[in-house]
Amino acid sequence: MKFFGFAAGIAATVTLLSTTSAFAVTQISWWHAMTGANAEVVAKISKDFNASQSDYELVPVFKGTYPETLNAGIAAFRAGQAPDILQVFDVGTGVMMAAEGAIKPVADVMTGAGMTFDKSQYLPGIVGYYSKPDGTMLSFPYNSSSPILYYNKDIFQKAGLDVNNPPKTWNEVWEAAKKIKTSGAAPCGYTSTWLTWIHLENFAAWNDVPWATQQNGLAGGDVELKINAPIFVDHFQALADLAKDGTFKYGGRTSEAKQIFLAGECGIFTESSGGLGDIVKSGMNYGIGQLPYDSDAKGAPQNTTPGGASLWVFGNKSDEEYKGVAAFFAYLSKTDVQEYLHQKSGYLPVTLAAYEATKKSGFYDKNPGRETPILQMIGKSPTDNSKGVRLPNLPQVRDIQNEELEKMLAGQQTAQQALDNAVARGNAAIKEALEN
Amino acid sequence: MGDTWIAREISLSPRVVFPNKILPYLLVAPQLAITLVFFYWPAGQALYQSMLRQDPFGLKSRFVWFANFRKVLADPAYLNSIKVTVVFSLATAIVAMVVALLLAVMAEKAVRGKGLYRTLLIWPYAVAPAIAGMLWLFLFNPSIGSLAYLLRSLGIVWDPLLNGTHAMILLVSAAAWKQISYNFLFFVAGLQAVPKTLIEAAAMDGAGETKRFWTIVFPLLAPTTFFLLVVNTVYALFDTFGIVHAVTGGGPGKTTETLVYKVYNDGFVNLILGDSAAQSVILMAIVIALTAIQFRYVERKVHYG
Repeated sequence: MKFFGFAAGIAATVTLLSTTSAFAVTQISWWHAMTGANAEVVAKISKDFNASQSDYELVPVFKGTYPETLNAGIAAFRAGQAPDILQVFDVGTGVMMAAEGAIKPVADVMTGAGMTFDKSQYLPGIVGYYSKPDGTMLSFPYNSSSPILYYNKDIFQKAGLDVNNPPKTWNEVWEAAKKIKTSGAAPCGYTSTWLTWIHLENFAAWNDVPWATQQNGLAGGDVELKINAPIFVDHFQALADLAKDGTFKYGGRTSEAKQIFLAGECGIFTESSGGLGDIVKSGMNYGIGQLPYDSDAKGAPQNTTPGGASLWVFGNKSDEEYKGVAAFFAYLSKTDVQEYLHQKSGYLPVTLAAYEATKKSGFYDKNPGRETPILQMIGKSPTDNSKGVRLPNLPQVRDIQNEELEKMLAGQQTAQQALDNAVARGNAAIKEALEN
Repeated sequence: MGDTWIAREISLSPRVVFPNKILPYLLVAPQLAITLVFFYWPAGQALYQSMLRQDPFGLKSRFVWFANFRKVLADPAYLNSIKVTVVFSLATAIVAMVVALLLAVMAEKAVRGKGLYRTLLIWPYAVAPAIAGMLWLFLFNPSIGSLAYLLRSLGIVWDPLLNGTHAMILLVSAAAWKQISYNFLFFVAGLQAVPKTLIEAAAMDGAGETKRFWTIVFPLLAPTTFFLLVVNTVYALFDTFGIVHAVTGGGPGKTTETLVYKVYNDGFVNLILGDSAAQSVILMAIVIALTAIQFRYVERKVHYG
């Protein structure tokens, strides 16, 4: 389509413009979607990597939001101008995996460059998500996050709730939310970002129940959604009931609800650990707790699944470029680099060594709550239900889920109807995507 | 009847003869080249893509003839988006025109500061659609919007995030607000073209202000009104992507997903290129039909004063 040609043209221009230095140095292009403080991290890591050696020059290029970056990468590939490294968000993982001829697995890139690649050094929950069913690591986890619970301590105090004891189960969340609302401590009790990621995908993993068949799609093949099982229906019916009188307040499909929490309108909030920065900046008297689990679930809490993004390497590049990419990934895995990335950006460290080093440095004692998302992810070794979810068309399936949940929250249908519809429409969309 | 009319028209107009055979073609060549590159080529690509089923990377494709069109037209979500588009376009056009006409009539009556009123009223036209969208989004944001706060204090439960009607009202307000300036400009010009003698004569015959407006001014404004109706409808249909993208993103549910927004969503978010291309081909057909109706049929029935 016309947009693709245009985007690829821009992409080519940017690549040409950024080609400035001597030809002896191999250029490695890295398209990313990081803004604000996270963009500074990208810039510093690239600069330090370039200074650390003289064979390769890493050129980071900002390409817009996550979906825009993915589209730019796809467009560039179609035009034969793909970058070496593309940052793709979690939801796009299935899209990239389905494109076997377009990408080169990270494991192959590393071994091809003569480097030993020890998977066991990385956090298992994260590595598992970005690997093929046979264990081959496909992409390099750059920024990973996990959903946690935040609460406003001032509102808790006013409502007569225990300030040092955030709710642990969803039932406790509902009760605390009602108390906040009825006591008048705040106009709303609870709000949440990303209902699909937190209340469906992570809800399933954390409570160790299937989100879909075939290990939630990780094993490939015919995948059918399982999100209309009773445990989901009960959970969402409770949410829908609370939405009726405003005890639960809906903010939007992605992270819009953060504004509601920051405005002091709601007392309890579930959101990505990557959202911590803004809450710290707001100066709120906040607390952090684990993601709540369902008290009826047997294995709960199991482990949460990673969100965020990973770095993909495109195929059909020269050996020199692959060596450069491998050198960069090796640099990125260094403990001090990971420590910096973790402490500065709020994303999780991807190596166990970086986690241990951060722990030893006393960072978690000074910043309570920063360890919570890591503990959630590595606390237990993942089951078939908790390695993450993967579909070739996850963005579309999430859209469908959002639409049905919005109708439910607006009181147009029950939780059972909403989830049944989401399953039926989602399964049809998955089937069609697999046929293509 | 149409043919005889055209024949008469041609026989009446003086025949222009160019002595040079090549020069005329050279003169239109740049225009033709631009049309070829920026219209026919992409349109052809869209047409071809609309008959393909392809993965996002273009690694595998199948030629499926009209299967994508059949699928799109049988999709309840597509039919819903047609309905949404009709409601949105009509509401936007009507609101934008009624308010603009009212303002134009008022501005005409102003004795002092006419120029100032006009300048201020024309301002919003310079605002980009996405900015206009954000502006209204902030004003009516349920948690931080000042107008939403007002509504709440009046006892109105305002929730465009979950209530489809509220979301549509918000969209129409933002889209219409941006277009009012443009309409205002044309209505002011149209009003100035209405002969003062007619109005004075009617006044002398004892016709009141309202009567004068509806029997003299409004009919004489018909060409302007018709022109604006077409322009506003086309604007609401095709130029409001930025507003929808910024304000609702098509939600809640699919209550504000217009045809243009669905093309974007299916193509660039869901990466179903064949469906998206088929939809854009249908849109192209709609534009062609609209233009044909405008030129062939309606334009002749309007009396241009």
